[in-house]
Amino acid sequence: MTKNWPLWEVFVRSKNGLEHRHFGSLHAADAAMALENARDVYTRRNEGVSIWVVESKDITASNPEHNGELFEPAQDKVYRHPTFYDLPDEVKHM
Amino acid sequence: MSEKDIKNLEAIFEERIAQDQKIEAKDWMPEKYRKTHIRQISQHAHSEIIGMLPEGNWITRAPSLRRKAALLAKVQDEAGHGLYLYGACETLGISRDELYDQLHSGKAKYSSIFNYPTITWADIGAIGWLVDGAAIINQVPLCNTSYGPYARAMVRVCKEESFHQRQGFEIMLTLCRGTEEQKAMAQDALNRWWWPSLMMLGPTDDKSVHTEQSMKWKLKRKTNDELRQQFIDQTVPQAELLGITVPDKDLKWNKERGSYDFGPIDWDEFWQVVKGHGPCNKERMNARVSAWNEGEWVRDAAVAYAQKQEDKKMATAS
Repeated sequence: MTKNWPLWEVFVRSKNGLEHRHFGSLHAADAAMALENARDVYTRRNEGVSIWVVESKDITASNPEHNGELFEPAQDKVYRHPTFYDLPDEVKHM
Repeated sequence: MSEKDIKNLEAIFEERIAQDQKIEAKDWMPEKYRKTHIRQISQHAHSEIIGMLPEGNWITRAPSLRRKAALLAKVQDEAGHGLYLYGACETLGISRDELYDQLHSGKAKYSSIFNYPTITWADIGAIGWLVDGAAIINQVPLCNTSYGPYARAMVRVCKEESFHQRQGFEIMLTLCRGTEEQKAMAQDALNRWWWPSLMMLGPTDDKSVHTEQSMKWKLKRKTNDELRQQFIDQTVPQAELLGITVPDKDLKWNKERGSYDFGPIDWDEFWQVVKGHGPCNKERMNARVSAWNEGEWVRDAAVAYAQKQEDKKMATAS
């Protein structure tokens, strides 16, 4: 019985100055092979200058069911935005 | 979860899709949405993988280095597209092995068009021009589909597909501007690929069982008949430009509709091919299954090597 190749997530920096972005996933036996496969699968047309691979099982993700308690409290904290503060029009450069 | 809770969640879900919100992998979704997506995305992935076979047939016999490099790159793209799509499909909670099992056992389908043979070099031109042309028409609307991972995979696929169609058309153009014999070869390829390409866009709307639900989930933005008409309308002028004739005596411009009228499609042939009785169904499955089985020792060796490296690292660390 074959042992299956684990799943990896691929992140690619499209050019220097930009962050790595999630591009997709693939299967590979180890990290070196995951990098090689990622190069062939996701960067055949100069899409990247740097690749990260990480085993999918090592990613901890938030659960969308908890989105309410996680993200909603930020909605009523309008005082975190500059437009919350009333200033007279004469004030410049602020 | 009670039945009422599920009904409630379903209502919220349908509302989100109606508002053009995307559904992501970990979001709640109705079981039918999950199953339908697994079916469609995997079918799509399998088509990309099997689609490499008819073209792979000509890599070693491409007429020039330029053609060979392009064909190799195209076939490599198909492999890539298959992998993007398998990746998207796996986010729905099915493993790659289960997906392969479904393909190899014949439980899952792939596009009927890949069960036709590629007997001349012109077939490679016709596939790029017609088959990839029809595929693009089918795929562009999917870049906006409701399931996020599928939509993102499709954006990447569509970006790459246009080179496929152009290289196919260029092959046809070169043949049509060549000797009489070469032009006849191009005509012959069009004769054989035209009707299967029209069938590839799926059964007529009144016979298509999934259309209504798929439209609602934005898995489909246009019906099969609309896509087919669009394909015919854009392809006929291209055939005229090549100077070859579309093999349909009923094909006629309808001024009123602003579209071409076309003759009846032989749906019996389509269903025969779908059911496994096309010219190459057996050959394709044999090639795919034996490639998978014969590659098993390589996959095993890679796992064994990875384990050995891991053990070595542990030994030095301790």
